[in-house]
Amino acid sequence: MTENVLEIDGVSKSFGGNKANDGISMTLARGEIVALLGENGAGKTTLMSILFGHYTPDEGRIRVAGADLPPGRPRAAIHAGIGMVHQHFSLAPNLTVLENVMTGTEKLWSLRSESGRARAKLKALAERFGLVVDPDARLGDLSVGEQQRVEILKALYNDARILILDEPTAVLTNLEAETLFSTLKEMARQGLSLIFISHKLDEVMAAADRVVVLRGGKVVAERRAAETSKAELAELMVGHRVARPVREAHERGAPVLEAASVSVRIDGVDRLKEVSFRLHAGEVLGIIGVSGNGQAALASLLSGTLVRSAGDILLYGEAIGDFSVADTVASGIGRIPEDRTREGAIGEMAVWENAVLERIDEPRFSRRGLVDRRAAIAFAETIVRDFDVRGGGARTRTRLLSGGNMQKLILGRNLAERPRILIAAQPARGLDEGAVAAVHARILEARKAGTAVLLISEDLDEVIGLADRIQAIVGGRLSPPVSADDVDARALGLMMAGAWKKEAA
Amino acid sequence: MRFERREHRPLALIVLTPLLAVAAALALSGLLIAAAGAPVLEAYWRILVGAFGSRLSATETLTRATPLMLTGLAAAVAFRARVWNIGGEGQFYFGAIATAAVGSQLLAGAPGYLSIPLLLLSGAVAGMVLLIVPLWLRLRFSVDEVVTSLLLNFVAVLVVSMLIDGPLKDPLAFGWPQSQSVADAAMLPKLVARSRLHWGFAIALVLAFVVHFVQSRTVFGLKSRAAGLSPEGAVFAGVPLARTLFLVACLSGGLAGLAGAVEVLGVKGYVTTDLSPGFGYSGIVVAMLAGLHPLGVVLAALFTATMFVGADGMSRALKIPSYIADVTVALSLITMLVAVFFAQYRIRR
Repeated sequence: MTENVLEIDGVSKSFGGNKANDGISMTLARGEIVALLGENGAGKTTLMSILFGHYTPDEGRIRVAGADLPPGRPRAAIHAGIGMVHQHFSLAPNLTVLENVMTGTEKLWSLRSESGRARAKLKALAERFGLVVDPDARLGDLSVGEQQRVEILKALYNDARILILDEPTAVLTNLEAETLFSTLKEMARQGLSLIFISHKLDEVMAAADRVVVLRGGKVVAERRAAETSKAELAELMVGHRVARPVREAHERGAPVLEAASVSVRIDGVDRLKEVSFRLHAGEVLGIIGVSGNGQAALASLLSGTLVRSAGDILLYGEAIGDFSVADTVASGIGRIPEDRTREGAIGEMAVWENAVLERIDEPRFSRRGLVDRRAAIAFAETIVRDFDVRGGGARTRTRLLSGGNMQKLILGRNLAERPRILIAAQPARGLDEGAVAAVHARILEARKAGTAVLLISEDLDEVIGLADRIQAIVGGRLSPPVSADDVDARALGLMMAGAWKKEAA
Repeated sequence: MRFERREHRPLALIVLTPLLAVAAALALSGLLIAAAGAPVLEAYWRILVGAFGSRLSATETLTRATPLMLTGLAAAVAFRARVWNIGGEGQFYFGAIATAAVGSQLLAGAPGYLSIPLLLLSGAVAGMVLLIVPLWLRLRFSVDEVVTSLLLNFVAVLVVSMLIDGPLKDPLAFGWPQSQSVADAAMLPKLVARSRLHWGFAIALVLAFVVHFVQSRTVFGLKSRAAGLSPEGAVFAGVPLARTLFLVACLSGGLAGLAGAVEVLGVKGYVTTDLSPGFGYSGIVVAMLAGLHPLGVVLAALFTATMFVGADGMSRALKIPSYIADVTVALSLITMLVAVFFAQYRIRR
C-alpha cells in the first residue's frame, strides 16, 4: 500500500457569498502525479492557495505526512515540504538564477554567504532531475521555459517533497511542455509527489496518474488516467458534452487586407522581415508559430499601435500610410489583443467603460466632449446579453470578471460592430473548454458573415480547426500559405521549425 | 494574520474611511497634548472655537482653506492619472510671481474686469509651464517626475527670491525682499466685508465642482483615468497617451498656479518668499485625505485649515505649541493611508 503524503479533508472557502471551495477532499500518494482539472473558476487555484497557506480555509483541514498543517502560513507549508510553482513566476528578473533560488533561505544576520554550498546543492538537484540551467545567468535573460525550471529548482532547493504547479504549461510552447512533463515524471519516479493544475485535457491524459475533477468548487469525480478518456473528462469538467464548432466550407471573397514585404524594426531589432500575406473576406487565415517569433509585432502593427519601417499595406485594395488605432477602428478592423488584462481591458474600469473606450469619440457615445453614459451603458448591456458575459453587468468593475468572460466582452465589443476584418491574437489562450468553444463559434460566425479573420495562435488544434489557410511565422518571417485541408499537425510542426526556407533556398 | 483584497467595497466604508482616519489622528495627537500637560478635549474645543468661534476666525479659516482647495485639486487631478505632481509648491510660487509681475508691470492701469481674469490666467499658465517640464522629461526620457517636480520646487522658490530681490523689488518696502504690488483695482473683491475672505474661495469651490464634472462626465476625464490606470490598455484603445497626460499636467499645474494667483490677488497683493506656509505640500495631504475625489478635497481642505487656524487660538489659551496642528495634519495623512489600506483589504486570521 502506498502511503498518503497529503490529505485534504473537507476544505471549504467562501468569498463574499460565493463558495469557491465546497467541502473538498482529496489525497496524494508518494510518487504520484495528480492532475487537478477544472474550468476557470472551478476553485483549483483557491484550493492550492489554501494548501500553500495563502488563504485560510473556513472549514476543513490539511494533513501532510500524517501531521496537521497549520492553516494560513506559507512558511509552515514550506517547512512541511510543500513547494509551489506559480503561474506567474515569483522570481526577480534582475537577480541571477542562483540568487533567485537562495532568496528567502539565508539567515538575515549571517555574515557569510552560503552561495558556495548553495551552488553545489543546486548543481546536484539540476543533475538529478535533468533541469539544466546556468546558475549565473541573469533571470531576465532566460526564456519563459527556463524561468519555470528555475522556479521548480527553487522549490526543490527548499526540500519540497510535494510540488504544486499552477497551470504550468500556460506559458510554454508544445516542445517545452513535453520536456516539462518528462521532468515531472522523473521527479515522481524518484519519490516526489506532484499536483498540477490544468484545464487542458491532452496534458492531463499524458502526464497524470490520477485526475481529480473540480466543478463549481466541488470534487465531481476522481479517475485513474488509464481508466478514463478525454471525452469523459471533458464532460465531467463542464457538466455537459462540449463539441468544438466545426468550420464549414464556403466561398471566400475578395482580398481586403494585403501586406507586401512589410518590415518592422524596433530599437534596431527586426521584429518583422518582409512579411507578405493576403487576407480575403470570409476566410480565416491562421498564423502559427512558437511565441516570440514576431507575432506580437504583427498583431500590434495591424492593431494600429505600431508603425512599419518598410513595405506596403493595402486595405480594401487601396494603399495606406501609417494608421493609428483610431484609423483601424474607424475602418472596420476589430482587434483582439494577445494580453487581455494588460491591453484588452482595464481592470479597474467598469465593463461599460471598457466596452466603449476605443469608440468614445464617435458621436453616438459622446457629444461635444461629454460622455453619453446612457448610450454607452446600453451598448455594454447589449454585449453582455448577446455575448453571454457572466459575472456582472455593465457597471461591474471589469477586474471581477473571469478571464473567459472578459474575453467575451472584448470579442463582443468588436463583433457587435460587424467588423470587415478581425485581428485575433491568441483569442482562446488560458480559457476553459466552454469559453474556448464560445470564442471559436463566434469567430466562425463572423467568417460566415464575410469577416476576414487573421488568427494568430500557438495552439495547433485551434488553427487547424478554424483556419482556411495557414502561414507560419518564424524569426519575423512568414511562410507561404498552405491550405488547411492539405496539412496535418506534423507538416505544421515542420513549418513552425522554418522548413519552408530550405525549399525556397 | 493575513490580508485579503476585498472584492467589493461598500459605499459606507468609502465614506467612513477618511472620518475614521481623522478620528485616529486626533486621538494620537491627543496623546501629545496630554503629554504637554493640557486637557485634551478642551484643547480640541479651543481649536474649534479658534477656527469658527467668531466671524473673524470663521472667515479666516475659509481664507486659509482657499489655496488648499486649489492645490488639493491640483494634486488630486494629477494623481488620478498617475502623474505624480509633487511640485505644487513651486507651481504655487510661479503662479504668484507671474501674477505679481504682470499685475504690477503690464496691467497696472487696467480696470478690474479686465485685469482680474487676465491675472488669474497668467498665474495658471505659469503653474502649467512648471509642471510641463517634468512631464516632458518623463515622456521623452522616462525621468521620474516625482523627483523632478519635487526638486523644481526649490528652483522655483529661488527664482522667486531672485526676482523680488531684483527686477520686481518693491522700492517702498524698506529693503525687505518683497515684490511690487498689483493695482488695487486688480484685487479680488471681498466675499464678506471687513474680513480677509475674498472671491477666491467661491472660485475654488466652483472649480471643485467643475473638476468633478470633468472627471466623471467628459471624454477627457474617461481617457485620463484610462491613461492613469493602464497605459498599455489606454494605448490599445487609441487614447493618445502623451497628449492626455499633457492636458492633465496643464490642469494640475494650472490649478496650483491659480492657487498662487488667488492668494496674491485675494490676500496680499504682492509676493514674499513666505507667501505660502507649504500650501503646495499640504495640497498633497488634502488630496490624499479626500481619496482624490474633487468634492472630498473641499472638505479635506476645510479640515486642514481648521487645524491650522484653530491651533493658534488653542496655543494662546492653553500655552501649548501650535505645531500640534502640523502634527495632527501629518498624522491624519498617515492614518488615512492606513485606513485606505484597510478599506481595500480585509484581515483574515
